[in-house]
Amino acid sequence: MGRAARLARRTFLIGAAAVAGGLVVGTVAYRRDPRNPLLDDLATGAASLNPYVRIDAEGVTLITPRADLGQGAISVQAALLAEELDLAWGQFKTDPGPPSAAYYNGHVVAEGIPVAATRADLTVSAARLASDVIGKWLGQQITGGSTTVPDAFDRLRTAGAAARQMLLAAAAQQSGLPIGQLTTQDGAVRLPDGRMLSYVTLAAAAAAIRPPAEVALKPMSQWRLLGKPMPRLDIVPKSTGAAVYGIDLRLPGMLHATVRTNPRLGGGVLGIDATEALTLRGVLKVVPLPTGFGVIADNTWRAFQAAERVKVDWAPSPFTGSSTALAAELVGAMVDTRRDSRFRNDGDVDTALAGGDVIEAEYRVPYLAHAPLEPMNAVVRLEAGRLDIWTGTQIPRDVVAMAARVAGLDPSAVRLHAQISGGSFGRRLESDYVEQAVRLAIAHPGPPIKMTWSREQDMAADMPRPFAIARARGRVRQGRIEAVDLAIASTSVTSSQLGRLGLKVPGPDVAIVAGAWDQPFAIEHYRVTGYRAPPSVPVSSWRSVGASGNGFLHECFIDELIVRAGADPLAERLRLCRDEPSRAVLRAVGQMCGWSRSLPAGRGRGLAFTLSFGVPVAEVVEVTATPRGIRIDEVFVACDVGRVIDPVNLEAQLQGAVIWGLGHAINCELTYVDGVAQQTNFHQHAGLRLHQTPRIHVRALETNPRIRGIGEPGVPPAAPALANAIFAATGKRIRELPLVRHIEFL
Amino acid sequence: MKLRVNDREHEIDVEPEMPLLWVLRDELGITGPKYGCGIAQCGACTVHVNGMAVRACVLRVGDVTGPVVTIEGLARPDALHAVQAAWIEHQVAQCGYCQSGQIMSAAAFLAIKPAPSDDEIDAAMSANLCRCGTYPRIRQAVKSAVRRLQGG
Repeated sequence: MGRAARLARRTFLIGAAAVAGGLVVGTVAYRRDPRNPLLDDLATGAASLNPYVRIDAEGVTLITPRADLGQGAISVQAALLAEELDLAWGQFKTDPGPPSAAYYNGHVVAEGIPVAATRADLTVSAARLASDVIGKWLGQQITGGSTTVPDAFDRLRTAGAAARQMLLAAAAQQSGLPIGQLTTQDGAVRLPDGRMLSYVTLAAAAAAIRPPAEVALKPMSQWRLLGKPMPRLDIVPKSTGAAVYGIDLRLPGMLHATVRTNPRLGGGVLGIDATEALTLRGVLKVVPLPTGFGVIADNTWRAFQAAERVKVDWAPSPFTGSSTALAAELVGAMVDTRRDSRFRNDGDVDTALAGGDVIEAEYRVPYLAHAPLEPMNAVVRLEAGRLDIWTGTQIPRDVVAMAARVAGLDPSAVRLHAQISGGSFGRRLESDYVEQAVRLAIAHPGPPIKMTWSREQDMAADMPRPFAIARARGRVRQGRIEAVDLAIASTSVTSSQLGRLGLKVPGPDVAIVAGAWDQPFAIEHYRVTGYRAPPSVPVSSWRSVGASGNGFLHECFIDELIVRAGADPLAERLRLCRDEPSRAVLRAVGQMCGWSRSLPAGRGRGLAFTLSFGVPVAEVVEVTATPRGIRIDEVFVACDVGRVIDPVNLEAQLQGAVIWGLGHAINCELTYVDGVAQQTNFHQHAGLRLHQTPRIHVRALETNPRIRGIGEPGVPPAAPALANAIFAATGKRIRELPLVRHIEFL
Repeated sequence: MKLRVNDREHEIDVEPEMPLLWVLRDELGITGPKYGCGIAQCGACTVHVNGMAVRACVLRVGDVTGPVVTIEGLARPDALHAVQAAWIEHQVAQCGYCQSGQIMSAAAFLAIKPAPSDDEIDAAMSANLCRCGTYPRIRQAVKSAVRRLQGG
């Protein structure tokens, strides 16, 4: 067998709880694995070996509980299982499975713990393992925080290996041969005489076998799938129009609907007059909702048309109405009474910046919309006391709990059928759109109803990435950065988002300072302070969350200081950086772009580095200042995720992250007047288009001791690398996004 | 009203001002063309009418003057269209929601411009939005489709 790497599963789990120390109660809960939810709905003739593997006469189905939002989650989860189960690639079906505590995310809580990702001492490990315990307690089945791979890497391989072990044991029983003489290949157990017993024929017997207490995982050298390019399982349907998204679902007798909510965020409804709308062709019903109304019709366009004719008296927004006033509120929040965190406080910043040549700057990053291309939607059916919901979501268990509460049903009467999503970028961590659809079903029980938002509704009702303002002060001496003091003010994503889930989070919000306080730089006097502004328009997680804006202000200010010191941006960062994987990606990106080679006049090169979600990423952007505006020519990206599961998908995620980061930095913002978002559609919030897209070169190192996800970490360095390149090319230092407020682009 | 879609004749009873997109999606159940913006800004709804790429979200069905081809009708029964094959070869799709429109735009473009320059590809494809950022692979796939269509 040659399986050298042994993972004693039970021992590992108990050990983990033991390391976590005081969490004695957790140890008990931890050892009691959540029950297998597949057993609840098992068809006759089907068998399930654990929460991730179901086998019936048709073959093997692998359960992929993390939502696929485009990041390739289905394929990567299937690959981890199929590797250990010895299934050929594509020799199985996939299914998202039911929402269940069995599919808890043990890594998502870890990202909220204020411990820098580069610290690997025992306390930190204990904190991370404790988060696994907490995650299991909460039973959070969350897709987010770039945690799918780090959470699944051991868990799914272990589940695949355990299922394989049970199938081998069943084959041994059936053949009378010792297990040691049996091998597995392409979904079957091979006997010494060459006969193959397919998993399908062994499944029932295997399900009756006690799961192994420990399993052996394949060493990397024996990987058939992992680490190699795997065609995405969804690539053909997504290239032929056959892929069915939530918005495409069709059920017999289905009605179509839309919803409008008060564009003055947080405001209610004072009055509704649907008289005219109800006279329109195909319109069945106008349903009042707590924050607006829904229209049920026989066609989505007819519902859209009717929604325009409903006359509504909207209540004013309770929040600070305009972006100008919000900016003043953020500036006003930078006071001791609003201090939220100071996780970084090295040396003596106050003394270092007490006098002399102090460099000061103010940075601003705007509200940004998620705006996935598929507008929010859900299909719902309430019939005979049972509620069915078909939708794409990153929080399936919360959606079930919410729907049960709203409909007055027991959660067991609510079935969620998870759909693939046309993007999300964090939007589907909210459940507002599903709640609205459920209310329509309550008002019109019986037939299935597909609720689809218009793009305008999607923009108006988005809960954006928050606006943030930072005051930066620093000092250089003898060609080096000596002191950095960053004060960052924004509203709290964490309390806004978790508040909507009914959770109160004690303590500071790491998101306010993420991507700034936790950077691996040993600056002599180095302080990062977070200030929590009073709650305003609801805000939410947006691809790379706090680091998305903090990467910009941190790395642009570092660049300012380096320029003032007359130092080299790469050499000075390498001098300051004390984390080996981070140093390696800095060196790699320098090598990729030919850092020492100078560029001709009118061209500029900018470097930025952000460590986020445990992944160090360095990016170099090269631009040309043309008479008609800035052209982005090349982007070089180096990262270290510990272990690359699929190099083709990793490249796609990083290219996409760079384009996301650049596009929003150039031309996207949400501004508010009286609580109303002023940007309504993609003519105003487009991001990058193809003709603006640079060549993007990607290199992934594998020295990081822990495996990490790559959906988000490529975003934060893109905007600062671009702004630093613009400075290098033009001498113009831009400290506010979007950049198009200050400079033209091609 | 009669509407020919993917070589099939349909009799439809809708208002002439209903956009073609919603006739396809909600009346005929053809969901490859997607709704993204409703104002011809994103291109997710792109279909062919008389062989030309059009934005079905703003084209009134009453103004449709010829046969409609959607992504579902692009391939021959025995083989994918060269653009689709190139999209698969280059693993273009992430969320995939815009790709029906991207593929229909590319197919119509290459039908009239079989040997485009890089700049012409960029210009032709810049009207289709992709929030995931698959543009680098779209570029590669269009070039690969050019070679496939030239029999190379």
